[in-house]
Amino acid sequence: MKAVCWMGTEKMSVENVPDPTILNPRDAIVRITSTCICGSDLHLYDGLMPTLEQGDILGHEFMGEVVEVGAGVNREKLKVGDRVVVPFTIACGNCFFCQQQLWSCCDNSNPNYWMAEKLMGYSPSGLFGYTHMLGGYAGGQAQYARVPYADVGPLKIPDGIPDEQVVFLSDIFPTGYMGAENCNIKPGDTIAIWGCGPVGLFAIRSAFLLGAERVIAIDRFDYRLKRAEDAGAEIINYEEVDDVVQLLKDMTGNIGPDACLDAVGMEAHYTGPMWALDRTKQVLRMQPDRPGVLREAIIACRKGGTVSVPGVYGGFIDKMPMGAYMNKGITMKTGQTHMMRYMKPLLELIQGGKIDPSFVVSHRVPIDKAPEMYKVFRDKQDHCTKVVLDPWANGASIAA
Amino acid sequence: MSEAARIHLENAESRQHRLSTAFRWSALITGGALAVTGLSRRSKSGVALAAGGGLLSWLGAQAGTQQRELIARSSIQLNCSPEQAYEFWSQIENLPLFMRHLESVVLSGDNQSHWVAIGPLGKRLHWTAEIAFDRQGDVIAWRSLPDSEIYVDGVVKFRKALGNRGTIINVFVVYQPPAGSIGNAFAKMLGKDPNFMMRQDLRRLKALIETGEIPTIEGQTHGPRSGATAVARVLNPDDPIKGQGKITEIADARRRAS
Repeated sequence: MKAVCWMGTEKMSVENVPDPTILNPRDAIVRITSTCICGSDLHLYDGLMPTLEQGDILGHEFMGEVVEVGAGVNREKLKVGDRVVVPFTIACGNCFFCQQQLWSCCDNSNPNYWMAEKLMGYSPSGLFGYTHMLGGYAGGQAQYARVPYADVGPLKIPDGIPDEQVVFLSDIFPTGYMGAENCNIKPGDTIAIWGCGPVGLFAIRSAFLLGAERVIAIDRFDYRLKRAEDAGAEIINYEEVDDVVQLLKDMTGNIGPDACLDAVGMEAHYTGPMWALDRTKQVLRMQPDRPGVLREAIIACRKGGTVSVPGVYGGFIDKMPMGAYMNKGITMKTGQTHMMRYMKPLLELIQGGKIDPSFVVSHRVPIDKAPEMYKVFRDKQDHCTKVVLDPWANGASIAA
Repeated sequence: MSEAARIHLENAESRQHRLSTAFRWSALITGGALAVTGLSRRSKSGVALAAGGGLLSWLGAQAGTQQRELIARSSIQLNCSPEQAYEFWSQIENLPLFMRHLESVVLSGDNQSHWVAIGPLGKRLHWTAEIAFDRQGDVIAWRSLPDSEIYVDGVVKFRKALGNRGTIINVFVVYQPPAGSIGNAFAKMLGKDPNFMMRQDLRRLKALIETGEIPTIEGQTHGPRSGATAVARVLNPDDPIKGQGKITEIADARRRAS
């Protein structure tokens, strides 16, 4: 089958690899009909995540049709022929954490638990198409994928809804939604959201769905800010203003946003001497993450407010404004998305016409174009917000 | 196990390199303390505690009589009842399902069992063990008989976790590898970090009990690999048995069990 493989920093390649096989009784094989490139894949593309290996198949946002199920899969929950969206976090459904609905903290799904344990104390769940520290499971930017614990994660999708409307239930829609939910929104609240990529855009819409009065979106690309504006947010282009924090204060009568959401993560861009310092340290491998947005979010947040972090961080950060965090009594909420908590209710929102997630798509291309699309997406060329790959199409780009 | 006992054991481990008898004394003291505490409770669990403690003392005393010993100790939470966990472990033929260095455990009657471990380069070590102590749903201890190629004595204790959160098991194993090249290689394999290996084994046990399978990516599809991957595989501390396909090991064990 065709699969998008990481062959080194900024080196992606579509390779012909053996089809996946069932390795454990609760596995299923899915024939993929739609798959996407995620912002967190770019951290891998840029070679910033340790324990990725040459030849690893990336991709964790995919859907398709079940073509094979293992002997241990509960046939009442999943059978051959089902059309499913597969969540990016892998969860067993049996451990303490799964039973607490903390699906992305599953205790059993990471075969390389010990690697993550060294860095984080305990391991979160395994993920598709990510580093070996997080399981090293072959990903879904391919024609087929092996899905472990197949009767727990995959969500059945009725016929009649196009892939495009539901494929983002695999990650970014629930991730944006949980980010907004973590903002602890109360009526009248103002939410500031850094990053108008796919997760940021879903977070904006989710914040309104959850009752936010006002959302202020921050980015540097006008085409992304335009999409934020379409979603109902007020916008700030941080490259065009002197001081984002002061502006947020001015916009909120010196109270500050009730919640600040970092939908950017470890590869943030910002301005000033701090940017130069953080970027240098990252290149020299002295600091894996560039935490400019997180610092700004903590400083900007109102006293007693909430900082929500769906943006991905990999390791350690310097100059964490701990004094502001402590003295202002801020709550920080984080985590990989507890996918199975959100997929079904969000599918119902889609079915009920409350939201059409396909608004986020900018590029639809055959899988063969994936390597160049990584670069286009990373460099924000061609007004790129979201790339959907067709694993079975041949030839040229399909117009968005 | 009381907090004080735990600290005793931890101390014993950290000192074992420079103070070879530390474990023995610590086990003797801790075991003795446990026995006393257990007896003083005058309850069912107290009796078990006393018995476990007595065994620990015995292990401690035994440990001192050999020239070298390796100690593995670990603990894990299982999302099941102590009875279920006990039930699984008490069928000691199940142990190779999750203990990576074991190839097989075969019951041979009379409370005895024959054990085969795979050492480095697929070399095998054989020994016969007997159940030294067994209390339903609570504790199991086993010890190898004289004339074994390697002495492996262990105890596992099952107790209900606080707040109805399943079971916490504590496992404590003492290995006394033989002299000679196989023994040395085996000691080297275990000696890197016996606790780590035990932790990994228990993690596999947890997955097996909770989900019915052990998570793996062994044998999955991938693109062209580089030399770096081979190096990572060789250095993988979770797979100290080189030259032996670990997935086939588990598969074989599973076949035997079914």
